[in-house]
Amino acid sequence: MTDLRELYQQVIIDHSRSPRNYRELDHPSHSAEGYNPLCGDQITVYLEVEGGVVKDVSFKGSGCAISKASASLMTAAVKGKTLAEAEELFARFREMVTSEHDAAVNEEALGKLTVLSGVREFPVRVKCATLAWHTLRAALAGEGERVSTE
Amino acid sequence: MKAPLDVKAIKAEFPILGQEVHGHPLVYLDNAASSQKPRIVLEALVRYYERDHANVHRGIHELSTRATQAYEGARARVARFIGAGAVEEVVFVRGTTEGINLVASAWGPSNLGEGDEILLTVLEHHSNIVPWQLLAQRTGARLKSLDIDDHGRLRLEQLGDLLSERTRLVGVTHVSNALGTVNPVAEIVAAAKRVGATVVVDGAQAAPHLPIDVQALGCDFYAFSGHKMCGPTGIGVLWGRSELLEEMAPYQGGGEMIEIVELERSTYKRAPQKFEAGTPNVADAVGLAVAIDFLEGLGLERIQAHEHDLVSYALERGAQIPGFRDLGPVGDDRAGVLSFELGDIHPHDVAQILDSRGIAVRAGHHCNQPLMQRLGLGATTRASFYLYNDRDDVDALCEGLRAALDFLSGG
Repeated sequence: MTDLRELYQQVIIDHSRSPRNYRELDHPSHSAEGYNPLCGDQITVYLEVEGGVVKDVSFKGSGCAISKASASLMTAAVKGKTLAEAEELFARFREMVTSEHDAAVNEEALGKLTVLSGVREFPVRVKCATLAWHTLRAALAGEGERVSTE
Repeated sequence: MKAPLDVKAIKAEFPILGQEVHGHPLVYLDNAASSQKPRIVLEALVRYYERDHANVHRGIHELSTRATQAYEGARARVARFIGAGAVEEVVFVRGTTEGINLVASAWGPSNLGEGDEILLTVLEHHSNIVPWQLLAQRTGARLKSLDIDDHGRLRLEQLGDLLSERTRLVGVTHVSNALGTVNPVAEIVAAAKRVGATVVVDGAQAAPHLPIDVQALGCDFYAFSGHKMCGPTGIGVLWGRSELLEEMAPYQGGGEMIEIVELERSTYKRAPQKFEAGTPNVADAVGLAVAIDFLEGLGLERIQAHEHDLVSYALERGAQIPGFRDLGPVGDDRAGVLSFELGDIHPHDVAQILDSRGIAVRAGHHCNQPLMQRLGLGATTRASFYLYNDRDDVDALCEGLRAALDFLSGG
């Protein structure tokens, strides 16, 4: 199960069982709902943005270990970042989970998010890992409608 | 009591099952999604293309004659398999989904109007929901739904309130693809007939697994797919009563379905050709007929008993696994489908761990989103058995579930 340990690293299991920032915000400036019709995963992301900076971010929802851990790690990663920085982080993250298995990972830029690099060995799970990010972007873009991975 | 199936010998007839996946012998438990094919079906496809192929119902030449005989022979084989009153009642389609859409398109508009009602059940697959929604939008008809109880059985006591003289159509699945419930179709048909409703049965999960007699069921249409019953993909059957098929408008227009074509109007052949525009899927119809020979050679009753034994054994073994919760009914009305929860582990993660051990199951909503909403779940893990599975496969599944618990519980 070596490949599986790559996918389900201990940090991921930990974040999926005790997700960080797992709550609604009282007064979010932005929020959106994301949905993965393939597996029924559903997530709502809440943001409080002030002066172009993510003051607070949180999520609620149900999903697999990968989608929950990814959402939890995302909230920790983007809190305190500017919107431009958050957007850059998303681009790097997406690049990592869709890259070839031997491509280099920019650990410095991605920080803790690198624990999700194992996802690239499992193409059907990429949508699980990116659901929270797509939902975050939809919230920031002010797309009130539900976003879907399909 | 008939002799049990010789599963080892049966399994040896399926070339695909001999392989290893991720270093483990393949344990294929996704049969409700699609079954594997025995060697004789694969050989029949090759033989047909190597020896007999030409277009049907057209040529004077030898190959066209052979292809036509093979295709119409397959139709007759299907008719015997389901107890059809006449061969002409068997329409070849791509699968169950197309069969139901054919009824909705060709029967629906002239038989439904504003305020008429279509009664479905909460157990239906999307393919027996969405075509009726489209029809309802076109005609102004209303959709109603029969609920289930906490064991996944239809609440027949609601039928009296749900059926009325406005009910024009009842759509029901013979066997639930998500829970394995074998529905009392004959009883539902009898109730529907008392109000004069037409009944469409989704037989996708029944025709591969238990004996079918459409006349005994009393329904009007019965649809099923070849690929779930050891046959090829892309071929399926819609059975319909002759008198209904004759009244219905064509489904698609084109060659094969016409008598005389003028520039402004045409006359059509009778059923089933009226519904089979274009060159049909001859090879896969031939493959389906061979699959039916294979299944009937073993005996549908024996297959049903075998799968019932497997699911009972799985329930017994599953009950010993912490957090295992089966979602289907326990009893004789249970087919070989095992849909379950495993503690708070998401089905996607369960299926991923099982896959790493060479075990194929389905995780998700199984194209039953209304049922998942009814159950208050986003998804389930589903193992579904067929004639080539045995107790060793169940043991492998249960070991895999224990491994998933160890692996994902923070271990």
